[in-house]
Amino acid sequence: MIGTEEPTNRSTDVVQADELVRVYGEGDTAVRALHGVSVRIEPGQLTAVMGPSGSGKSTLMHILAGLDKPTSGSVRIAGTEITTLGDDNLTKLRRQHIGFIFQFFNLLPMLTARENILLPLTIAGLGADPEYFDALVARVGLADRLTHRPAELSGGQQQRVAIARALASQPTVVFADEPTGNLDSRTSKEILHLLRQSVEEYGQTTVMVTHDARAAAMADRILFLADGRIVKETGRISQHDILQLIDTLDLQ
Amino acid sequence: MIRFALAGMLSRKLRTALTAIGVVLGVSLISGTYVLTDSITSAFDSIFSESYKNTDATVSGKTAFDTTSDSAGGVAPPFTATVLPAIQKLPEVDAADGSVFGEVQMIGRDGKAIVFGGSPNLGYSVNPDLPQFNTLSLVGGSWPGPNEIVIDTQTAEKKGFAAGDEIAVQARGPAERMRISGLVEFGEVSSIGGATLAGFDLATAQKLLGKTGRLDQILISAKDGVSPQQLVDAVGKVLPAGTQVRTAQEQAAADAEETSGFLDFFRTFLLVFGGIALFVGSFVIANSLSITIAQRTREFATLRTLGASRRQILGSVVLEALITGVLASVAGLIFGLAIATGLFNLFDAVGFSLPNNGLVFRTRTIVVGLLVGILVTVVASLRPAWRATRVPPIAAVREGAKPIPGRFNRYRPLGAALLAIAGIALVVVGLFVDGLPTSTLLVMLGGGVLLLFVGVALFSSRLVKPLAAASDPVARWSVVTLTAIAWPVLVLSWLIKRAFRRTAEFPRVLPDGPATTIGGQNSRRDPARTASTAAALMIGLALVTLVATLGAGIIKPFEDAVDGIFSADYAITAQNNFSPLPPDVAAAVAATPGVSAVTSVRGGQASAYGERIQITGVDAAAPALLTFDWRSGSQRSLADLGADGAIVDAEYADKHALSVGSQLTLTTVTGKALPLKVVGVFRPPAGGSPFGNVTISTPTFDANNPQPLNVYTFVNLTGGVTAANTAALEGALSTFPNAKALDRDAFKKSQTDGIKSILNVLYVLLALSVLVSLFGIVNTLVLTVFERTRELGMLRAVGLTRGQVRKMIRHESVITALIGAAIGIVLGLGLALLLAARLEEVAFAVPVAQLIVFGVLPIVVGILAAIWPARRAARLNPLEALQYE
Repeated sequence: MIGTEEPTNRSTDVVQADELVRVYGEGDTAVRALHGVSVRIEPGQLTAVMGPSGSGKSTLMHILAGLDKPTSGSVRIAGTEITTLGDDNLTKLRRQHIGFIFQFFNLLPMLTARENILLPLTIAGLGADPEYFDALVARVGLADRLTHRPAELSGGQQQRVAIARALASQPTVVFADEPTGNLDSRTSKEILHLLRQSVEEYGQTTVMVTHDARAAAMADRILFLADGRIVKETGRISQHDILQLIDTLDLQ
Repeated sequence: MIRFALAGMLSRKLRTALTAIGVVLGVSLISGTYVLTDSITSAFDSIFSESYKNTDATVSGKTAFDTTSDSAGGVAPPFTATVLPAIQKLPEVDAADGSVFGEVQMIGRDGKAIVFGGSPNLGYSVNPDLPQFNTLSLVGGSWPGPNEIVIDTQTAEKKGFAAGDEIAVQARGPAERMRISGLVEFGEVSSIGGATLAGFDLATAQKLLGKTGRLDQILISAKDGVSPQQLVDAVGKVLPAGTQVRTAQEQAAADAEETSGFLDFFRTFLLVFGGIALFVGSFVIANSLSITIAQRTREFATLRTLGASRRQILGSVVLEALITGVLASVAGLIFGLAIATGLFNLFDAVGFSLPNNGLVFRTRTIVVGLLVGILVTVVASLRPAWRATRVPPIAAVREGAKPIPGRFNRYRPLGAALLAIAGIALVVVGLFVDGLPTSTLLVMLGGGVLLLFVGVALFSSRLVKPLAAASDPVARWSVVTLTAIAWPVLVLSWLIKRAFRRTAEFPRVLPDGPATTIGGQNSRRDPARTASTAAALMIGLALVTLVATLGAGIIKPFEDAVDGIFSADYAITAQNNFSPLPPDVAAAVAATPGVSAVTSVRGGQASAYGERIQITGVDAAAPALLTFDWRSGSQRSLADLGADGAIVDAEYADKHALSVGSQLTLTTVTGKALPLKVVGVFRPPAGGSPFGNVTISTPTFDANNPQPLNVYTFVNLTGGVTAANTAALEGALSTFPNAKALDRDAFKKSQTDGIKSILNVLYVLLALSVLVSLFGIVNTLVLTVFERTRELGMLRAVGLTRGQVRKMIRHESVITALIGAAIGIVLGLGLALLLAARLEEVAFAVPVAQLIVFGVLPIVVGILAAIWPARRAARLNPLEALQYE
């Protein structure tokens, strides 16, 4: 599909960051949010980034997704160095390779669920593959809600629309920023289940920033951040183990 | 993206509508102007084509040079009636009829001259035997016989006359009473403005107009098979000198030339005000869009994260503006029809009736209105749209991410200041560099003022904080004062509310400390927003101040000029204050007992050095009553004019190197060359000279003008201005109902009334711009209330009452308006100072009374603008407001 137009090799890492440093402000008031973080995101995996407030996990995700630029270091998405890209090329890269899921859903209130889902394709000037679209909509369980506007949907439904929107263009990587941060626990569970499914069924590479241990327990791989550094990396572990790890690492 | 822009607009209907109001009003004034002037043109066209519908050629008197008929003595001289039989005998001629016309005044039952506004009072001969040339149609009664009159239905209706009644009529001589034989209408034109029509048989008309044995015009129709050109050639052969023959088409074109020149000016004049309203509207659009875009930051950022390019963001905002522009322009076009009707009524109300034959809505009106409205909207949207493209994608996830400032952002204040300075420079160069063509001058002045406004508007965000701090107490106490004045009404409404339903807050007069404190701080928290909101009002007030100051600056030197020149007790003028009067009036005044001196100034046109000039004639009594500011010569020169003496004004003398003893040759309207010798040079007063470039003696003037008229008559009586003397003069003028006697103060007032009417028209037209800026403030406040919903909820939650919320918003509104007014009034005074420094006719006089009004105006505007937004804010439920996301 879109991702295969580029001569990228899926077997290599889809996101590759080296020695990322991010300093906010200047002089005495400078705050170092990242202290030389290097990370590789492997294809077809759900990677969770955990850490307390101020650990730099959001900054890391913003830089990986090309929303923010590092003070130094390099980020490659699907083989392309993005830290030096101009706005136009970065925009094109976003269309092909990046999908977003936000804490506050960020749906456009004046568009229907269908229009919101198709928005990335519309923006890129592409048509939707109806078969894929129908399957996607069925998968997220929105078939009977497509003509509704966000205001007429529950929080969980809105996040389902947002997930479908992120998957609509079949991007190389989906970045999810606290996807359950604004939802109750039951809805959170559904949403996490959906994210997990997309990884398993479509092989969708996903990076999720969260401080919710239950969310992280869905991940194939968890990165723990504290004070701008990766302090621990694990494979898939249980919610209980995560909480214990947080305790021992003193990440509260 | 089109769907996105459309859906976005639909979801913000209210905001879009508010944004568009400026354009709607601007376009409606433009479309209204076109409809108005097109309608007038069409009315005139039908008058002219009506006049010559069965005519193939016309014969008229010929002046030695082109004259304008709007000033005294400018009409083509009549010619001898013996031309008519010679023409009638020509084999090419089917029929020919001669007529006379002129100013004929009818007198109402109250003894006052019948005048509708400043419109002309037309009188002419009608010949019912040759109906093909008759433009009047008889509505009732019969055609006039000797010493009978037909009058128009409008006059009959409004002044209560019917066929069979007697009416007093006056032209050159004293008033005469005539029987109304019938009522007429002019062709198929429903209204020819406020003009009155009087028709007579030829002999009566000739006698009334002092043209016995003479004709003003001959209308000729050709025999079948004779072309108009053949007819003209044939007629030309029998014409004596001083007459000319034209085809009917040429004659209609010549007639239309003057009105079309006037209409062009009139159209441009009104379009300028439409332009101003649009200019102000563009500020409102730009500001509203800026605010909306600031509020949609997250939306744009989300679009960017989904892969939207900057160009797509730009496109969606511009597209939104384009659609708004189209809708607003269409609404403006339609509203323009109402404006045209309103303008007809406005001009009618200030005594300037316009002919109307139904509204004309031409394609050009639609094209220009749409084009201008859409263009202004789109151009105004460019800067906000550009800002929208600077929204970084990260704003989708991070609260408070600001648009990336452009590279040139830090030069903005400097750029704004440079823009303003460039504007002033353009105005100064335009004003003080001599010899610029008028069009260049106007473009420079207009462009300069435009740049100045834009520059000041952009720069004024820097002035907001100090100005807001300064306006704060002013706003507080002025609102207190106005509330105190309106307090009885407020208490009454409170009582009614209490009597009928729920509790209402008792209206208090004193300022509410917490509410006004927060309101004041709100006005300072986004200086750029406050500044551009205030800018719209600034423009309106700058222009209003400019007009008022120039008006005062014109009236003052004029009054000084009257005081300097005219030392008589009384002046005799026409009822409408400006029409020249026949010499018989002055003669009647001179015969009044108690009159010690009378002098009249004749006015007319002549040509010298190849150009048309105004000339005046003064009589032997002039030295006693008129005082000249002599450069060379003296009061005695006035008495020494004789047959060939001339007095010239200093400017004209300099232009043609004339001094006492110089020779000059004047060509009179009758084509005669008049050799003159300069006996004096005078400096005309700054307020406008009542004298022409060349002044000659009255006998010489009368010898060379077929129908001399007085522009001024001044009278001295023994005892000066007394009730008895006034009564005596009025008695003497009773046979001339079109004339009145005024003492010096009344004369000054009567002469400045015209200027004041024009000022009033300007105020009304500028009020539209102030209205647009009022909507601008409403808009900003409504958008601000949207934006601060959460904050308002918090304030309510911690105990601010509804009333306090309202007062808070109102305070912010009044401060914003005061900032705009303060900058605007200063700018207006500055511009007036520049103009006054350049124009001799204009002094710099600060119109204190008007400025006080303009100081109160923004407070009222601020209060009005806040009503609705404050209501919305006060209605917010604190709980819902806090949940709002």
